[in-house]
Amino acid sequence: MLTVKDIHVYYGPIHAIKGVSFEVNDGEIVALIGANGAGKSTILKTVSGLLHPKTGSIEFNGEDITKVEPHRIVKKGLAHVPEGRRIFLRMTVMENLEMGAFTQKSVREEDLERIFERFPRLKERRKQIAGTLSGGEQQMLAIGRALMSHPKLLMLDEPSMGLAPILVEQIFEIIKELNDSGTTILLVEQNAGMALEIADRAYVLETGNITLSGTGAELMCSEEVRKAYLGA
Amino acid sequence: MSVLSMIVSQLINGLQSGSVYALIALGYSMVYGIIMLLNFAHGDIIMVGAYIVWVTMSVLGLPPAVGIIAAVAGCTLLGVIIEKVAYTPLRKSPRLSLLITAIGVSFFLQNIAQLIIGAGSKTMPAIVSGPNLYIGSVNLSFVAIVTIVVSLISMAILTILVQKTKMGKAMRAVSEDMGTAQLMGISVNKTISFTFAIGSALAGIGAVLYSCAYPQASPTMGSMLGLKAFVAAVLGGIGSIPGAMIGGFAIGILEAFVSAVGLSVWKDGVVFAILILVLLIKPTGIMGREIKEKV
Repeated sequence: MLTVKDIHVYYGPIHAIKGVSFEVNDGEIVALIGANGAGKSTILKTVSGLLHPKTGSIEFNGEDITKVEPHRIVKKGLAHVPEGRRIFLRMTVMENLEMGAFTQKSVREEDLERIFERFPRLKERRKQIAGTLSGGEQQMLAIGRALMSHPKLLMLDEPSMGLAPILVEQIFEIIKELNDSGTTILLVEQNAGMALEIADRAYVLETGNITLSGTGAELMCSEEVRKAYLGA
Repeated sequence: MSVLSMIVSQLINGLQSGSVYALIALGYSMVYGIIMLLNFAHGDIIMVGAYIVWVTMSVLGLPPAVGIIAAVAGCTLLGVIIEKVAYTPLRKSPRLSLLITAIGVSFFLQNIAQLIIGAGSKTMPAIVSGPNLYIGSVNLSFVAIVTIVVSLISMAILTILVQKTKMGKAMRAVSEDMGTAQLMGISVNKTISFTFAIGSALAGIGAVLYSCAYPQASPTMGSMLGLKAFVAAVLGGIGSIPGAMIGGFAIGILEAFVSAVGLSVWKDGVVFAILILVLLIKPTGIMGREIKEKV
């Protein structure tokens, strides 16, 4: 579904991603794990078109999207829930969801129903200004908003960031459910333990390079991963 | 004339010029809200609008309706062209470059008007005319009523557009978080052009209304008008749409009363004193939010 080939990404003079290749297959949950600053978010931003690689290519469903603008990539079925949730704090919950459906002809009632069923809190608060939501609710809104665009591939950047452990579990539960209902997931996480638990496959990123890859279970047992990321 | 009727008639005067300031301030504020640019060429769009009215009516002899439509359409188009030609290439440049470019565009428009039409002022034709209205001893000029009513209708339409339509919501999304708006599938370029179009259309309406009240057009007429509207936008809280409306009316009414007490020479000075006071006491203005720097 997604094939990233040898991309190099720069922030001005800084060489942030140094030749990364990976792929995400239809129906998988793939996790990118690594320390802060390893380049995980940069990779997602490059896939969704907010950044462009200097060299290398990105293919989505057989189509080259390396140089496509972000708003056109969303239309192709690739949604990105950015780090820190980035919901529109000054707009209402409902308006946030409507923005998620921007690529659709209209905001469909059944889409809203589907999201409200998954996140009942959002239904209760749909008229509230999004800035008044709690962290967990904001994360749910960010995911719900992305789902409004009917993504084939959903990219989540640190969905557990800043959430209480109970909420983290809930969020991962939801990710699993979304995957079960047919959405392919690319997950970026610092919480490597949780990510590896639900991931089919994972890649370990270190300062702009992929250093390890394998199935979630394999990496979970790997000595290096356990030492560096699982605190074991 | 009783004190009360004097107060009421000055209030009407203030509301009349205030509605023009508000219409122009809206353009300043909307553009600032979306790309953090103080578009100092905005006032000169008014000047171009006034000349369009003059050319269509006085030179070509066409009826007022044509002049009005041509002015609003011309200003809208000009605003979008300025954005595309002067500001889009600088989207990733420091904000100071944008600001300097805006001042450059302002000079360019003033000088091109001087070159084509001449430095002298032109007398505008009568655009609207009708009977004055009397409420007790207060004399309401027809132009004042038209100006206030048209401005209020324009602002109501703008509010609905921004609050209820898909494009209006996209505008708010882009102004809040450009990157995330793109991830929703919103085209930032289209949204910015749309914002300039709306702001400039309001300036076009402002140009027509201003020309009704002060039937003189000159190449530099836009700068003082633009600066006062800018003060109105800052007073209201730059970036805020209701703020621009409140700020515009406040500046208009203030000016009217400063003149009424016999200090009309100080009118402009008072307006800029307000700017200094706002910046000293409450830089975010009446409706402004705390500005958080995005990381």
